[in-house]
Order: sequence, then structure tokens, then C-alpha cells
Amino acid sequence: MRLRTTLLGAAAAIALAPAAFAERGSDGNLNILYWQAVSTMNPYLSGGTKEIEAASLVIEPLARYDDGGTLVPYLATEVPTVENGGVSEDLTSITWHIKPDLLWSDGTPVTAADVIFTWQYCTADGGGCAQAAKFEGITSVEAVDDLTVKVTFEGPKPYPYNAFVGGQSPIIQAAQFADCLGAKAPECTDANFMPIGTGPFTVTSFLTNDVIQLAANENYRDPMKPAFATVNFKGGGDATAAGRAVLETGEFDYAWNLQLAPDVIDAMAAGGKGEVISGFGTNIERLEMNLTDPSPDLPEGERATTMHPHPFLSDPRVRQALSMAIDRQILVDVGYGPAGQPNCNLVPSPAIYASDNTACLTQDIEGAKALLDEAGFTPGPDGIRVNADGVRLSILYQTSTNAVRQDVQALVKADWEQIGVETELRNIDAGVYFGGDPGSPDTFQRFYADVEMYTNNFEGNDPQSYLAAYKCDNIPRPETQWQGENINRVCDPAYDAMVVEYAGTADPDARAALAIKMNDYLTKDNHIIVPLIYRGRVSAKANSLGGVLLNAWDSELWNIADWYRIK
Amino acid sequence: MTDSAVTAPPVPVKTRSQWADVWDQFKTHKGAVIGLCFLVFITLFVTLGPVLWGIDPKALDVRNKDVRPIYMALFSGEHKTQWAHPMGTDNLGRDIMANIMQGGQISLAVGWTAMILSVFIGTLIGVLAGYFRRLDGLLMRFTDLVLALPLLPLLLVMMLLFRDPLRATFGPEQGIFILIVTGIGITSWMHTARIVRGDVLALKEREFVLAARSIGTPARRMITRHLLPNVLSPIMVSATLGLATAIITESALSFLGLGFPSDFPTWGKILFDSVDRMTAFPERVLWPGLAISLTVLSVNYIGDGLRDALDPRIRGL
Amino acid sequence: MLTYTIRRLLMAIPTLLFIALVIFLLLELAPGDPMGQMPLTIPPEVKERMRAALGLDQAWYVRFYLWLYQFFVVEPQYWFDAVFGTNLADGAQRIISFQSRSPVFTTIGERLPQTLWVVGMSYIVGVLIAIPIGIISAYKQYSVFDQVGTFVSMVGFSVPPFFSGVLVIVIFSVNLGWLPSIYDTTLVVDSWDTFGLQIKQMIMPVMVLALQTTAQVSRYMRASMLDNLGQDYVRTARAKGMSESTVVLKHVLRNSLIPVVTVIALGIPSIFGGAIITEQVFKVNGLGQLLIIALQGNDIPMVMTLTFLFAVLIVLFNLIADILYGVLDPRIRYD
Repeated sequence: MRLRTTLLGAAAAIALAPAAFAERGSDGNLNILYWQAVSTMNPYLSGGTKEIEAASLVIEPLARYDDGGTLVPYLATEVPTVENGGVSEDLTSITWHIKPDLLWSDGTPVTAADVIFTWQYCTADGGGCAQAAKFEGITSVEAVDDLTVKVTFEGPKPYPYNAFVGGQSPIIQAAQFADCLGAKAPECTDANFMPIGTGPFTVTSFLTNDVIQLAANENYRDPMKPAFATVNFKGGGDATAAGRAVLETGEFDYAWNLQLAPDVIDAMAAGGKGEVISGFGTNIERLEMNLTDPSPDLPEGERATTMHPHPFLSDPRVRQALSMAIDRQILVDVGYGPAGQPNCNLVPSPAIYASDNTACLTQDIEGAKALLDEAGFTPGPDGIRVNADGVRLSILYQTSTNAVRQDVQALVKADWEQIGVETELRNIDAGVYFGGDPGSPDTFQRFYADVEMYTNNFEGNDPQSYLAAYKCDNIPRPETQWQGENINRVCDPAYDAMVVEYAGTADPDARAALAIKMNDYLTKDNHIIVPLIYRGRVSAKANSLGGVLLNAWDSELWNIADWYRIK
Repeated sequence: MTDSAVTAPPVPVKTRSQWADVWDQFKTHKGAVIGLCFLVFITLFVTLGPVLWGIDPKALDVRNKDVRPIYMALFSGEHKTQWAHPMGTDNLGRDIMANIMQGGQISLAVGWTAMILSVFIGTLIGVLAGYFRRLDGLLMRFTDLVLALPLLPLLLVMMLLFRDPLRATFGPEQGIFILIVTGIGITSWMHTARIVRGDVLALKEREFVLAARSIGTPARRMITRHLLPNVLSPIMVSATLGLATAIITESALSFLGLGFPSDFPTWGKILFDSVDRMTAFPERVLWPGLAISLTVLSVNYIGDGLRDALDPRIRGL
Repeated sequence: MLTYTIRRLLMAIPTLLFIALVIFLLLELAPGDPMGQMPLTIPPEVKERMRAALGLDQAWYVRFYLWLYQFFVVEPQYWFDAVFGTNLADGAQRIISFQSRSPVFTTIGERLPQTLWVVGMSYIVGVLIAIPIGIISAYKQYSVFDQVGTFVSMVGFSVPPFFSGVLVIVIFSVNLGWLPSIYDTTLVVDSWDTFGLQIKQMIMPVMVLALQTTAQVSRYMRASMLDNLGQDYVRTARAKGMSESTVVLKHVLRNSLIPVVTVIALGIPSIFGGAIITEQVFKVNGLGQLLIIALQGNDIPMVMTLTFLFAVLIVLFNLIADILYGVLDPRIRYD
């Protein structure tokens, strides 16, 4: 891509470039289909992925991650580091320089005041800002001059790239949102639906949960871009229909998030109108083992709490056996295809953080059986293993409702059957499962099951907060209204100590070593988390669409300014 | 109301009970007889079939996935076909015939039970509201209320309140079955109720009802003797449509994660899961689609036949 | 009949308030959380603050009262202001959706056109086809026409739209390439060309939906006609030498319409409820899609408003049906 940009620049300079390439808006209309429709263009009001991606056409952060997971400057001139003096030696402040002569789409200049306002907007009381975590630990954001912003933290921050970085926290215009602070945020419907931005496009009409129409931004910083004059951003339907519209009928140019079985998507790609593209970030589809007893016989308030350890999953040998029995390659072949790779790590990427842990990749039924024998579980009359105390290896395995997940459930169940473990499957509506309703027994935090499956990832390229989730005090329990990220209910002072150590370590290599140690603790040493599949993003693009680089670290539409029509 | 009439053996000609007349008339309706035969066949297929066929519908066999049905071998030898899987296998290598049998058990059971429940409630409320003016306002406003309730949250609440107790008492599958049947039953009686009430309102002003009332016929006898037989045909129609709706609603529920566990096949769910692969493997939508359509069609014809048979004006001809 | 209508309309007010309360409590009791669709990377304490910003930290009766106040006082004020240019509302908070954080009535207004075009049109088409089919099927019972009609309508009814919709898309969009598979809600019909495009994008969803309506209405029509064709008054009318068309179309049809009127009256409100699956299959994004998205996202103000409007229509159309019974059969009296 960069090669092409450079070439284009050179070509334009000697005035030889074909007109179709050189001019803004010369490639006509671009049709994008998101089968989950976009509700708002303000990512601070809705933390949803679809909103973040749609907003990335219009509003931009100071820096964002490229398709390799490295930070690249967007509105900033460069990414501040200790070496270039942007980050202070004591790691308590970071100074950003905004590119000069940047204009909002309404023609006014972008200044440090806008960056400061963005911070105020998200930290205002009563606003319920979805990205508040990005701004945590910031004591002040100050303008050094019109184009320089200094962010000061409470204490040393080894990884300072949270605020104003990535699609989640773009810069919004102070003038437009001035009256929308705090509780007034939802009243500014026009601003939320049609934000003024610095990105390659501006919204011309917005129908919530339906369709967005955009036009090229006249004031975009690169006068040749974007190549498309207008974008039609349609929402609705389902993943299959979205794939069909790009790959089979050719009505649309780009379809997002096609989580479909590989044979289905291959059959569509055979239509020849487009191609399937994939990119890998940090998503891991995993089995979470419940270390506490979810038995319905226990009274509410004690069920699935640390008061009662799990009758058999508290034994690491059982957990390991369950992991060994799974054939991960078949899960990929049946359910994921190009969108997945078998994996044994909680932190699969970036490379320096990824543990060299491949033991789980080969299925080992005999080994698993031996481990269960060793743990005292021997096959009973019906083939299901029982120990001397009469504890049966009978597992309730829950996940959200999704065709691919249900196929994976069936395959895992069959694998476990071979080692004498009985499985009952349950699937729960995603809205209930991933919601935090403390009154519902079916949320993934409440974990009223023995094993559950879902996918999670971390934003950016540093897993600090992701790994910190498994601290003792993050255990969801009745006192916290069942909120908390440590859903396995792991509690080990040694692990908590590593979390503290990690937060205080600045040296990248030491951080990576520690992250690997923590990853191994949770996975290959203890099998508390059983990773299954390293999941990528899969999208489809029309053959005639050029310049697409699928980015799994940031918004998929991060480089839409460089997209063009292949003539 | 249907089964007893259908299965009652013909009584010796001399006594000529009413039911024998009905059966004789029923037999002359060709569609009804064919429908009955098909219904008996499909019921035997799904109940006795698994015993004879003996393949576990849940057994995975990834090596033998995507086997085509046996008739594909006629068109070209290239297709992967096996006599062990005459209807083919799905994308995880599960035998489709075993799944259709197993799924049919559930679908038929859900369809019939939910349909009978909804027709029963609907008829009861409709007749009571139509016949007793005092009850009309209350019952019809209640009907309005139930019509307005959104189905999805209602089922979620039912799941929340009753799933665990039912699971503990009846086991996971039986418990879900009761929940689904009740859920579909209690949310689909309103059409029947409104239609029956409308007809009863008109009927009770007819001369024969006035005549019956003038000789002091008690309300219960009025309803069973005079009103019910005359609203039988709309009830039959809603029963037939109700059966189809129940089978399809069940599949929509599994789609929303509210139905049976995912490894538990039903016709509707097999159909739903196969839609994505419709062009490559048309048989996977064909089998469940045919099974549902033919079952509904045969129930419809049986309903027609019964209606004719139970109508004394036609029977007399 | 007039006093009856007035009484029923007055009764409708407490009924609707009660329905609103029941729906609200149902949504309240249902498990689910507007934060359910947020990425897991957002920490729990941030989600807690987001919930508070949505007003979810208030007790349920406070939120119910707020909704009632906004629905019955604030929204009418805004409409009044919009028409007469007054400023009654004075910036009061309207009903705001949890998902889009915009007024729910604006969104409903955006969705009405496509729902009326597609779902409404399919209902009209369905009923217009169904009534003649029902009449002819009954009049010529067991003729070829009746048999074919029965077969098609029963098969049509038992094939769910998630299958039939995709089937027609595969045939007409993928293989033949005649019709678009994605409905364009931004299309403005201002010329014959755009009218042609509108027709093209409507054909498939309208046909899929009309099949269901036709099946249902024609079955009831047929059954009811059959009941009446055997009645004594038909024989009398024929004996008096009335023409066959007068007998069938005037006397029998009129007496057979009661169940059909009931079904249609129940069907019209459901037009406004949208067609959830069909809208999703064809990406029509009407009220049905709005409702299902709101349900999945636990957008309580949106679900509440939509279902309540739906309840109003149900109460209204059932009242209309009751009045029509009296017109069709003057012997029916409610007083």
C-alpha cells in the first residue's frame, strides 16, 4: 500500500498519473455492508465495534495501529517515545504534536483545544462514556501550544498509548460538542449522528440502524484522497446474506465480519465476484474452566463462589485431560477455515508476547485417559468416569448462540465422550449471555456451568489490563453484583504479585517475559483457560476494490482513504 | 376430538352409531384417507424408525461428512454416496436420516401438543366470551393484552423462572420440551379465540339457538350441542395452521437460543441450519421441508375430511 | 352501537395503561442488559457508569413513570410544536433510545415508509388474492382449482420465510441476476425509473410475505363459505330464483365474512409490527428489524414504545372488527 502511495505521489508530481487515479472522488460510489447495523457515529456513546468502525471514516485518533499491530501516527506528526523525547523519562507524561494545517471538515483548524475537549468529553460526570477506561490515570491534558498537547498521568505509565489512540478514542471537534458534556450527551443527536471530523469522509445522511451515506471530505489533508466520491454504508441482514451480496451477486464492494463455516464461504467465493480476506489480531476463542461449584443444589449466594471449589475441575489433571482430548485442527477445519488457527496461548500475538506453547496442538486421547486414571476417575458401567467418592465427570458446557459455536460444541463433546466425560450442551442468546444483568443466571460472568466458551481479546498491542483481569479481587461474586473479569475465579497470590510487577515494569523485554510467564500460568501450567482457536477477522471485498488491507488491530476501515476502484 | 373419531373401529352396521356414520363418510374423502395414511406413516417413521435404523443422530464422523443422498449416484458416479447413509450426512458427518427421524419426534410432539393446547385455550375463551356477555369484555381485553406482549422477552422470562426447576424435575430435554410447548401454546391461541367468539356472537342469535334456548336448554348443553359443532370448521383451519406455526416457531426459538440444546435436532432446526448450504446440498433443506409441508398438508386434508364427515347436512346426502 | 363504541373507547384507556405496565414489567423481569453487545474489553466499572447514564440506576417505577410522562406529555408537545411552531416542549427530554441515543419517534418515522410499502403492500396483495381463491375454492369444492389452491397455500404456509426468502434470492438475485437482494431504503421514487427500481426491490419480499397471508386468509374464507353454502337460506334464495352470483356474492359471502374480518383485523396491526424474519432476509430495515435489534440490544425505551403502539393498534382494530360484526350481521348486538 505504502508503495502504491509513494508511486502515486511520484506519478502525480510529474503529472503523468491517469486522471482516474489522481483526483479526489474520481472513483464514484463505494458500497459497504455491515450486517450489524450502525446505531450512532459517536464511539464514546456506544462502545460497539460496528460503531467504532463506522466512525473511523469520519473521526480519527492521533495515532492508530496498522495491519501489523504497530502504532502509526495519524493526526500526530510522530508517535511519542522516550527516545524521541515525547514520553518523559519518569514515564509520567506524554507529549503529542498535532500535524500542522489540519482542517476539520467544516474548514476550521484542528488545535490542541480539540484534544483537550475530547478528554473532558469522555471524563465528564454522568456521560457514561464507553471509552472511559482509555482515559484512566490521566490527571491533566494541557496545551503546550496550539499544536502540542501534554498528557500527565498519576504515576509512571509504562504503556501510555491509550488515550487518543486507536479507533476507540478519536478526536472530536470542541466547537460541535461543546454543549454535549455529561448528561447532555444524548441530546446532541445531530452531532452524534453527523460528527465533524478530519477523516476522508463526512456524513451526508444518517438513518440509525439502517444506512449511512457519506461523501468525500473536501478538507481532507491529502488532496488526492479519498478516491471514492461517496460511500453507501448499509446495515442489516446476517453474515450469510452479506457474503452473498459481495461474493455472489456483486451488489456490494465490501462486507464485514463473515463468521461463517469455511465450506459455506468457499462456496460463495466460487461465485468469482470477490475474494475473502482475513487478518489476525489478538482474538482467542477459549474454554474457561469453572474452579467453583456451579451445582444448582447449592443455595443462591454460595453457588459458583469460592466457598465451594469445583468437585472435579479444581483438579488440574482433569482440566489438562480435557484440553488434551480436543482435536483443535478439526475445529478449525469445520468452523473457521481461513479465519482461525489452532492455538494454545491466551496472548497469541504480538510475536514478542506470544509464548512458545504448542503442546496442545496434537490431540492425545490416550494421554488424557491416563491422566484421568491417575486423578482417580475410572470408567463406570455406562462408560462415564467416576471417582471413589462417586463424583461423575459430567459437564455442562455453555456458550452463546451462533452456528459455528454450536458445531464446535458438538465436536468437543464428541472428543470428551472418547475419554469418558459426559457433556450437556447449552446455548444462550448472546444479548443475555454477554450482558451483565445480575438477575440473570445465564450471564458468562455468573458462570452457572462447568465449562464455557467465548472469545476475548485486548485492544492495542499490550496485554497488561487483559492479564490483570485474573486477580483475586476481580472474581465475579454476589457482593460485586456478579461483575468482574476473572470469570474462572482464579485466586493465587503469586499471580497477583506478577500483575503488580508487570504494572511497574517499563523495559519492553522484561514486560514480554512477564506476560509470557502469566500466559503460561493460566494456560499450559494450570489449564485454567484452555485456548482453542486464534481467531482472525474475515471480510469479503469485490474484485474491483483495491487498496484494502485488513487490519485486526484497529478499525477494518482504517485506510479507506487509500481504497480505489481497479479499472 | 380428532383421534377418537379417526381410530374408532367401525361398529357393526345394525346399530349404526353416529361415529360409524362419521367414519363411513370420512372414508369417502380421498384426500383425508391419503392424509391419514401419510400421517400414520410419518408417525411410525419417526417413532419406530430410530429403533430399526439404529444410528445415533448425534454421532459425529468427520471423515464421512457431506455424503450425498443415495439417489445422487444415479445422476453421476462422482458424488460421494454411501448405502450406510441413504439420505446423506451433514457437515459434521451426522446421519441425516437418523436426524430426520429424531427431529420428527420432537417436531411432531411440539406441533401436536402446542396446537392442541392453543386450540383448546382459544376455543374455550372464544366460546365463553361469545356466549356469556358478562365475560366478553374481560376475556377480550385479556386477549388484547396477550396479543400485545412481545414473544421474545416473554420466553426469556419463562426460561429464567422455570428452566432450572423443570430441568431438575424432568431432566434437561423433557424440561425444555414442556417449556417450549407451553410457550408456543399460550402465545398462539388468540386468533382462534377471536374467530370462535366472532362466530359464536353471530350463531347465538340464529333461530335454532333461540329455539333451543326457549325450551330451556342449559348453557353447557347449548355450547357443546349447538354452538361448538357449528364453529368446527374455523377451529379445524386454525388447528391446521397452528400445527405448521408451532413447528416453525420452535425452529425460530432455537435460532434465538431459546430452544432445545444445539445437538438436539428438530425439523425446523435442520431446515434452518441447512439454508446456508442450500445450493450445494439441496437435499438438506428438501427432507425437513418436505416432512413439514407434507405433515401439515395431510393434517389439513384430515381436517377437511373430518369437517365433512361431522357435518350432518353433508353426511345425509 | 354508538354508545357501545364510546364505552369501548373509554375502556381502552385503562386497558392500554395496564398493558403498558405489564409490558414494562415483562421487559424489566427479562434477563438481558443494554451492555450485552459491548465488547468484553470494556471494563465492568465503565459499563456500570454507562448503565447509570442510561438511567438504569433508577427504580423501575420511576422509569415507568418517566416513560409514561414522556409518551403522553412530552412527545405530543413536540408534535404540536412541530405543526404550529409553538414552544410547549421547551427542551424537555423526549423518549431516547438506549442504542442510538436519539428520539425513538424519529427512528420510527424513518422506518414507517419501507414497512408500509413492503409489509402493507404484501398484506393488501395477500388479501386481494386470498378472498377470490377462498370463494372459488368453496364454491367449487374439490375441483382442480380447489385442490391446487389448497396444496399451494398449505405448502406456502408451512415453508418458513427464512427458507423461502433465501430460496427466491438464490434464484432471482444470484442465478438470474434479475432482482436486487438488498433493499435500498434511501431510494426516492420521483420518476418512472426509480418507480421501476422500487417495484423490483419490493417484488421478492412482498411475494414471500403475501404467500403467508394468502394461505391463512383463503383457508378461513373457504371454510366459512363452505359452512354457509350448506345453509337452508341459500336453498331458499336459490328457490326464489335469485341469480347464482347474487346468492353467492351477496348472501353467502356476507355471512361468511365474520371470521375473515377477525383474521384481517388481527393482521393489520401486525403490519406495523413489521415482518421480523422477512425484513432481515431482504435487509428491508423496517419496523420489524427495528424491534428485533432493540430486543437483542435490550433497548427498553424503543421496545416499550414499539410494543405499546402495537397494543394501541390491536385494541383499535379489534374494536373495529367488533363494530363490523354488527354491520355484517345486524342480529349481533352488544348493548
